[in-house]
Amino acid sequence: MRYLPHTPEDIKEMLEVIGVKTVDALFEAIPESCRSKEPLNLPRAMSEWDLNAHMDALAATMAPSSEYRVFIGAGSYNHYIPSSVPYLLSRSEFSTAYTPYQPEISQGTLQGIYEFQTMVTRLLGMDVATASHYDGATALSEALLMAVRKTKKKRVAVSSLCHPFHREVIRTYLGPAGIEVVEVPYGEDGRTDLAAVGAMDDVAAVAVQSPNFFGVVEDLASFAQVIHAKKGLMIASFTESIAWGLVKNPGSQGVDIVAGDGQSLGIPKAFGGPGLGLLASSKALMRQLPGRLVGTTTDLDGKRGFVLTLAAREQHIRREKATSNICSNNGLCALNAAMYMASLGGTGFKRLAQINHNKAEYLKRKLMDAGVKITFASATFNEFVVKFPEGFEKTYDRLLSRMIVAGLPLGRFYPELAGHYLLCVTETLSKIDMDQLVKEVTA
Amino acid sequence: MKEISQLVLPEDVKYATDHEWARLDGEEVVIGLADYAQDQLGDIVFVELPAIGDHFDKGDEFGTVESVKAVSELYLPMGGEVVAVNDALEEAPDLVNTDPYDKGWLIRIKPTDLSELGEMLDKSSYLESLDG
Amino acid sequence: MSGYRQGDSGLILNEPLLWEKGKKGRCGFSLPECDVDEVAFDAEFAGDGPNFPDLSEVEVVRHYTRLSTWNFGVDTGMYPLGSCTMKYNPKVNERQASLPGFSDVHPLLPEVRNQGALKLMFDLEHFLKELTGMDAVTLQPAAGAHGELAGILMINAYHKKRGEIRTKILVPDTAHGTNPASGALCGYMPVAVPVNEDGIMRVEDVRALMDEETAGIMVTNPNTLGLFEKNIREICEVVHGKGGLVYGDGANLNAIMGYVKMADIGVDVMHFNLHKTFATPHGGGGPGSGPVAVTRTLTPFLPVPRVEKLKDHYHLVTDYPDSIGRMMTFYGHFGIMVRAYSYILSMGGEGLKEASAHAVLNANYIKERLKETFHLAYDHTCMHECVFSDAKQEPYGVSTLDMAKRLIDYGFHPPTIYFPLVVPGALMIEPTETETKEDIDNFIDTLKAIAVEAKESPELLKNAPTRSKVRRLDETSAARKPCLSG
Repeated sequence: MRYLPHTPEDIKEMLEVIGVKTVDALFEAIPESCRSKEPLNLPRAMSEWDLNAHMDALAATMAPSSEYRVFIGAGSYNHYIPSSVPYLLSRSEFSTAYTPYQPEISQGTLQGIYEFQTMVTRLLGMDVATASHYDGATALSEALLMAVRKTKKKRVAVSSLCHPFHREVIRTYLGPAGIEVVEVPYGEDGRTDLAAVGAMDDVAAVAVQSPNFFGVVEDLASFAQVIHAKKGLMIASFTESIAWGLVKNPGSQGVDIVAGDGQSLGIPKAFGGPGLGLLASSKALMRQLPGRLVGTTTDLDGKRGFVLTLAAREQHIRREKATSNICSNNGLCALNAAMYMASLGGTGFKRLAQINHNKAEYLKRKLMDAGVKITFASATFNEFVVKFPEGFEKTYDRLLSRMIVAGLPLGRFYPELAGHYLLCVTETLSKIDMDQLVKEVTA
Repeated sequence: MKEISQLVLPEDVKYATDHEWARLDGEEVVIGLADYAQDQLGDIVFVELPAIGDHFDKGDEFGTVESVKAVSELYLPMGGEVVAVNDALEEAPDLVNTDPYDKGWLIRIKPTDLSELGEMLDKSSYLESLDG
Repeated sequence: MSGYRQGDSGLILNEPLLWEKGKKGRCGFSLPECDVDEVAFDAEFAGDGPNFPDLSEVEVVRHYTRLSTWNFGVDTGMYPLGSCTMKYNPKVNERQASLPGFSDVHPLLPEVRNQGALKLMFDLEHFLKELTGMDAVTLQPAAGAHGELAGILMINAYHKKRGEIRTKILVPDTAHGTNPASGALCGYMPVAVPVNEDGIMRVEDVRALMDEETAGIMVTNPNTLGLFEKNIREICEVVHGKGGLVYGDGANLNAIMGYVKMADIGVDVMHFNLHKTFATPHGGGGPGSGPVAVTRTLTPFLPVPRVEKLKDHYHLVTDYPDSIGRMMTFYGHFGIMVRAYSYILSMGGEGLKEASAHAVLNANYIKERLKETFHLAYDHTCMHECVFSDAKQEPYGVSTLDMAKRLIDYGFHPPTIYFPLVVPGALMIEPTETETKEDIDNFIDTLKAIAVEAKESPELLKNAPTRSKVRRLDETSAARKPCLSG
């Protein structure tokens, strides 16, 4: 086995030092009654070449975005990733390190994460950003738990236009802790019902996704005003980070905590993970933040350096009183996102967002021209809801066989929207792709 | 870390076995952290204090002190209402290290029952509790 | 080879922060042409876009290349970080994960287009079941602590289903901090179980603490002292006897693959750390992956969706009324699962057992060769890691931290320090199975040399490291005046 370097001589010499005859004798430290009698019933080791062929065959059954025209976003977005990003990310000094417990030999990771935190605060207009969470759903759940700790109220309001899976994760996290989750309905404009929040009492926070699950941009400032009057916290979430190149950021709208998905920032879709959870807050909530934070300091010679800091919030010190149980997060994905944001730059980021918007608006207009109903008239980014004609399922399957995935059917998530589809367009789809979709849909 | 003989233990305050101190000042009581506790914790980086107007019973947790590698809860040695907190600690938490009995005070309370102060330890009994 | 110093000072390049370089108008990204008309964004909601520095591609590439040289990874050298299982991360697994069929696929496509990924997940679940004797597995949790949370949520749901309210959970002194923190998320108060003079739990202690208000116990076995909990079967019986369940923290599974099946010793639910035992790269702080295995008792409570096979087709099934629900947006860290699956197939069943055998051999060899030099907390045959302390060096004013920092100058990553908490000044060494005997000998000789330095010239240790990019950093001022962004 190529990963196990010991020769029989090595083993013999080591056993002599230890003073036992066989390696198995060391396992006599385990009571006989606990030891397995049968060998493992697992496949025999494969050669590298057989393994590659086996994996290639599995991968070949899939529908990669390089071959298919996929008009689905819904929390996982297809964007171009510059070759330089995965190349840099594969430097094993980054990828094969552990959490930077020894800062003197982890300055690469630490500076990289510090830069990431900084770019996230700039992207979202917030004061502080953490070193990463698992994904948008878990970051949003943690944000709600922060609000509960801070306000000591046991009820939270969550927009019904937060990603349906995010809402499911929120219930998993908050339910057993006895926290009530109230869903805020949406209106005919495809926006969360502000008046409904106004009518709620005793809520720790309201969470509103923007752009929401329908792609519609929400008026976060108005929600912030309403919830602050009730002494609750305003939480904004999102799934498409690229939106912040065009849409005004949450920090400028009075938001206290922002939680979202960073997968759009150069991270492969990878069948849903690993992605990246972004979590940022105002300075007042800094010590309630769960997860790792990197800060600047100086070394013995006065030279600038970076360390993990404010660790007293974390499980390895505060144990059951920690702000979260999180330990390993998605550090390498954070670095991935930082490399991507650095490659785009501020100017590039804005332009990319504009291209995404132009394309989505093009498809919207073309579909409208062809007589397809656009369900919500409000401003959207990248994604929008359409009502396709009766019996569209057959067309959907026909398109699939032509390697076109014509959006996400919404009936499963919103029964009142059966027959409606959520479409997504990014810079990776061309005018030709969109024209073809319109033609097929209306054929 | 300091030997017990090196500890600064003023006579004009009373001590709790959790290492808080209390000093009567008019009708109010000032609460702080004793030298022993600040020394054990090491460099204090953050002190979390309650809000003015909060009410606590004897033995309630009223805040926390953090050093780089540890965190410790603060327990109120006597019940009362918080009338002032030491805002200076926000910018300079190290005052708890450098001047625990004066500039590094934590909170000022209006006691519910002043006799609870009498139940706290004087210097010599506190020293005994440290030896034990 | 033995005793040679791997660490030396070379050319260390400086590199500013990203926003200290660049120039407005540069771009390191090949922006596509826009083949449709420009459409202005709704003015009511339009913003200014982020204030990022503008950099060329070469500036970005040099920036991160230089940063990387200040880091130490498993590929750099021996990384004996106790309880973290920093074994070699095989490169072929990276190839698999980057196949477009795995990396470039959307999670919400119709199932007929996802059969390969679902088969891989189904088979990986099967492998993990076989390794532990458990009945069912979820791959969804994102990391070990997330798996713990899933497990505790299932225990909570189980008791609730039986109409019982339990408020406490037993956690041994030696446990990782994530254990009590995970319990707290379900409202469980952790109750500490002490370790005895042999470094393991006593049945009587568990019996005295376990009652009908206690949900169960969280056990790491082998524990964080590297010792097998010999009383585990009896302990599990006591816990089960009071209606509780046993959670197995799989952080240390690398010691016992093929030797012990967790289900056989009484564990009801456990997590795996794919980034430890199954050789996926830790990424300097994740992404990890923390699958959870359960026995039949807890199967109904597993997170959804679950991967199932019907005839020749694989499906994602959500229809489980007792499920604790969803733990993540999608199905977990699929990219990490691909690597772990590839690793298991490279090793085979026999290879995995051999990996555990060599991990245990290496740890015992280190323990034997260093126990005269350093105080050994518990002198028993250890499993995959051994725990020393600085008790013998303390008289010279030298601490565990100083020795750890000195190891850096010699070119090694330090072991885990000051953990487990039950050993003051702990040095927790886990060599893993992938180190050569020469490197292990060099590590041992280096530690012996450091022990001599501790006695003769302690200032060398106090000042260490001196060969790294930066010297010891002021963590106090970092925490007093937090500067978390620039």
